[in-house]
Amino acid sequence: MSIAAETSKSSRLLRRIIAPAAFCLACLAAIALAVGFSVGIGDMPIPLSSTYSAITNKLGWTSIELNRIHEAVIWDYRLSRALVAVFCGAGLALCGAIMQAMLRNPLAEPYVLGISAGASTGAVAVAILGVGAGAVSMSAGAFAGAFAAFLFVALLSNGARGGADRTILAGVATSQLFNAATSYVVTTSGNAQQARDVMFWLLGSFGGVRWPEFVLVSVVVGCGLVACLFYARVLDAFAFGDEAASSLGVDVGRTRVILFALTAVMTATIVSMVGAIGFVGLVVPHATRFVVGPQHARLMPACAITGAIFMVLADIASRTLIPQQVLPIGVVTALVGVPFFSIILYKLQRTS
Amino acid sequence: MSIKACNLVWKIGSKTIVDGVSFTAEPGRMLGLLGPNGSGKTSLLRLLTGLKRPHSGQVTLDDRDLATFRRRTIAQRIAFIEQHATTNANLKVIDVVKLGRFPHRSMFSGWTKEDDAAVNKALERTEMAVKRDDLWQSLSGGEKQRTHLARALAQSPRELILDEPTNHLDVHHQISLLRLVSALPVTSIIALHDLNHAAMFCDHLLVMQSGKIVASGAPEDVLTRELLRDVFSVDAHVAPSPYHAKPHIHFVR
Repeated sequence: MSIAAETSKSSRLLRRIIAPAAFCLACLAAIALAVGFSVGIGDMPIPLSSTYSAITNKLGWTSIELNRIHEAVIWDYRLSRALVAVFCGAGLALCGAIMQAMLRNPLAEPYVLGISAGASTGAVAVAILGVGAGAVSMSAGAFAGAFAAFLFVALLSNGARGGADRTILAGVATSQLFNAATSYVVTTSGNAQQARDVMFWLLGSFGGVRWPEFVLVSVVVGCGLVACLFYARVLDAFAFGDEAASSLGVDVGRTRVILFALTAVMTATIVSMVGAIGFVGLVVPHATRFVVGPQHARLMPACAITGAIFMVLADIASRTLIPQQVLPIGVVTALVGVPFFSIILYKLQRTS
Repeated sequence: MSIKACNLVWKIGSKTIVDGVSFTAEPGRMLGLLGPNGSGKTSLLRLLTGLKRPHSGQVTLDDRDLATFRRRTIAQRIAFIEQHATTNANLKVIDVVKLGRFPHRSMFSGWTKEDDAAVNKALERTEMAVKRDDLWQSLSGGEKQRTHLARALAQSPRELILDEPTNHLDVHHQISLLRLVSALPVTSIIALHDLNHAAMFCDHLLVMQSGKIVASGAPEDVLTRELLRDVFSVDAHVAPSPYHAKPHIHFVR
């Protein structure tokens, strides 16, 4: 009996701790590899080994002689960009998974609460109307706009008491309002070049991000991920709706406020930094759920990992699809994502 | 003393749905809640589980106002089965039943042997053990209902509240569900439409009409020809069954 107990104990240990840990390590290695490729690809190709040496040099572990220009390009431009892409992809996918669970709607995504529309209004207010008289950056304006939209949705949906449908409707109305405001500003007071810049920004770009952005987004998304993991079981309890969750002992109102605020902070940070990159937050959770199932303790980390890899690959594609030109990242996520998603939808239809 | 309702009033807008309801659920007994559609049964059950707050009056649990309990504490005691709870998530039966352990686990505690035992026992009692790995979407209406019951049993409740749990079930599972609930050592409050089943299994019946309780008592005292005519608008003969001595209702064609 004791042997059987020992083996069952060790197999449980294997199942519960070692296997997930090994899986996470493998995923982190995959992310690192994708980042390495992302750093190497561009107008000036850099081999993977140089990237690795440049990082270890910087950390003080090694002092390998490297091409100075390579080292500067890696360190000053490409590495920060790739790492920001990792955290943006992870954050957007995570927010999408939470929204889909809380609102019980397969169409829910991080922008369903009007955050991208609010961010664009804030950005054009700064860039075109000159709000803040140059003292406020476009990112700060976007962040403020995103939060204004979120608060407006909260107001319209009667705080946390509104229920899922009402929240979605409030989000749609708010998005329309803020999009109209953005269009109004762009068409009445912008010139063609400004309109084009705003357009480009709205579709998303990792062009301007450096280390300060990386620090901010990694802290916000990292904390967000940890906080959300505490809520994994609570999100599972929402499977049969708000009332069922409540009768299982979930404080539905408080959970809603906390998780909505958390996703709002994460999304607003990402949007204000790199623009409203669409599709990732909608599709990655569905694709991941198809593979790992609906339990949130597994779904959320898997979403973060998949989103991260997807975003890095999309960033590579945006730089390489058309020579000498960088496509907006939102265009790539949709162009690459839709065919991929069609396959999943098709398979899903056949299994059910 | 288990659940007690004291002069409960609940409204939607200006429309009164539950209108001054008072009663006491005796510990360990099965209380049947009868009444035509729209008489306020579901609303009353929601008030009893604390999902809705009454406009006036109060629900007490062991003589303490339900509003002063934390949600989690309520969920550790009272399990509730809603009428049409479904999900579009691709959950397995076992995952749904495991949800019943939610109120007993803290945010950090792992899955214990006790949790496992409660889940397995609940699956066996509801005859869902063989279907434990089936997907929710593949279940029939009756199997979904039994999965909900298993989830509620896994919650290890002392009070069990069921809103028309026999809907969608075939006659075998209707009877076995009612037999199971009546044999459980819990206080149960159950909304039913089948009057004969209510007469057979419930210890005490409440009859609601337009938000008010119009009759209360043992099945043989409550189910009379006059009540069936006044409340349910049906003509019927009521006589003690020769098989189980409880009242049996013969509807007139």
